[in-house]
Amino acid sequence: MSVTQQALTVGRAVASRPAHRTWHGGLIGSEYAWAIAFALPYVAVFFAFVIYPICYGIYLGDQPALYSELFADPRYLTAVVNTLIYVGVGVNVKMFLAFMLSGFFMRKRWWIKALLVIYILPWATPALPAYISIHWFVNGQWGMLNNVLYMLFGIDGPVYLNDHWMGLACNIGAYIWKNMPFWTVILLAGRMAIPQELYEAAAVDGASGLRKFAHVTFPLMANLYLVCVLLDTVFALGDFNATYFVSGGGPAMSTEVLATLGIRYAFTTALPRLGVATVMSALPLLIPLVFILMRKLRMSEGQL
Amino acid sequence: MSATIAARRRSSPLHYRLLRYWVEGISLLLGFVLLVWTVTPIYNMFMIAFDSHDDVFSGTVWPEHPSLDSFRVVVTQDFWYLAHFWHQFGNSFFVGLMTMFLTLVIGTLASFTVGRMRLRNGWLLTNAALMTYVIPASFLAIPLYRIMGIYGLTDSLWAVILSIVTFATPYAIFIFSQYGKSIPMELDESARIDGANPLQIYFLIYLPLMAPALVAVGTYALLLAWNEYLYNFLMLSTPQSMTVAVALAQFLNSDESPWNFMMATAIIYALPPIILYYGFRRYMAAGLTMGGVKG
Repeated sequence: MSVTQQALTVGRAVASRPAHRTWHGGLIGSEYAWAIAFALPYVAVFFAFVIYPICYGIYLGDQPALYSELFADPRYLTAVVNTLIYVGVGVNVKMFLAFMLSGFFMRKRWWIKALLVIYILPWATPALPAYISIHWFVNGQWGMLNNVLYMLFGIDGPVYLNDHWMGLACNIGAYIWKNMPFWTVILLAGRMAIPQELYEAAAVDGASGLRKFAHVTFPLMANLYLVCVLLDTVFALGDFNATYFVSGGGPAMSTEVLATLGIRYAFTTALPRLGVATVMSALPLLIPLVFILMRKLRMSEGQL
Repeated sequence: MSATIAARRRSSPLHYRLLRYWVEGISLLLGFVLLVWTVTPIYNMFMIAFDSHDDVFSGTVWPEHPSLDSFRVVVTQDFWYLAHFWHQFGNSFFVGLMTMFLTLVIGTLASFTVGRMRLRNGWLLTNAALMTYVIPASFLAIPLYRIMGIYGLTDSLWAVILSIVTFATPYAIFIFSQYGKSIPMELDESARIDGANPLQIYFLIYLPLMAPALVAVGTYALLLAWNEYLYNFLMLSTPQSMTVAVALAQFLNSDESPWNFMMATAIIYALPPIILYYGFRRYMAAGLTMGGVKG
């Protein structure tokens, strides 16, 4: 074996070795004990406040009788339908708009930059004041929305929160208002990460705006968009505040979603087992989502 | 690329200019719609707060007799719902700062073990964090409430702090692991050769270099705690232990409440997070882009 060949083999061995990402020689002596000690606080939190509650919840909600009681309850069935609409419409409309708006905010104009600063205000505002304000904004008697409608067009607006569908629409609108800026910023960051050269190459090849979108922006953003939709589906499924503060679940509990109905059963009517069962009935939807998301998030490490 | 555009511009100047005006007009219109959409609920908040006590909801778009009286009432605690306002404000700060501190400590320690020391089976910990990250907090509220009772933390601020820390650390671990990859392992190596133990490496090398990520996650944890409502509401029941969020929602219990006082309270409550948010916007954005997503 010549020296060159030897050098090549060594070189290849060095090159094929994974990047130097761990401490040389593994953990030595007392370092192992330190490593365990450092991991302990999180492990303790995880067992005390995640695993234990999950097991306790399963114990509370494990009687089949609870579920037959639930399925016989029309309020529960309404809540299931509401949750599906809330999540389906709320997440997809918001994500689509956020995706389109992220393109809008890519434009280089001073007033668009200034607008972005104002546009993220709903994200910076705490949920509670924002939702309470929207609750009064759509109030049928003194709300600003109906006042403006009367001033501009002379119409008496409806009492929005006295109607099932309009109440639900208000909740979804409030949720979109509060969260759209956040997702717009995420998608904007994703768009900015696309190398400009790709667009220039596409332009040289004669691609127009729409084609650039279809062949450059869309393929590169698809994964991020999917992750965002899935994550937000989980967040929307667990969202308590919008429904609780905008419509309050009314009229006559017709706009409740599973998250608020569970809490209402458990704390207003003092039926904790029924409340846990309500929440647990979302598991068939939640568990697949959690698995897909865990895979996606682990794979996308360092790429998002 | 600029050459092709210039060529096109020359070939059909009128067409090109019309198109540009059209795009510009549409984006101005869109900008205006966005502005109205964004600002309306915030404007509504101020309008109600500026109403004087007698003519709340007098049916206008701007109060007839605007006054700052409701802010005076809140600041001087001059209403029985607001009797402990500043105490509750302090509670909110305490919960926020403690949540921030614990999240940073637990998060950095865990990510140091997994990312730097490469503890065997460290991936289990990462997976545990990921799983917690994707469980909605409201779904664990009922059992967690019961369990806090078992731990003897009824009506205690620590029940709230620990719950929020539980939901904030996964994100912290996620961000710290991402950011930690940019710190060369050789620094740890040379410190080890010089005889530093892991604790020294953690304090003297890891933490200082992680500063931007610490700011991002710290702000995130503080805002999460300040803005949280459900756990505050469930775990805190006496006026002495309440945070501002719970006190604010109490106004909704009665139909006769003075809404202008409530809105003034809401605005004062919303100010610290907004200031913090805009102050640390650069870090927040950096944290988001380096580590993925979280609302």
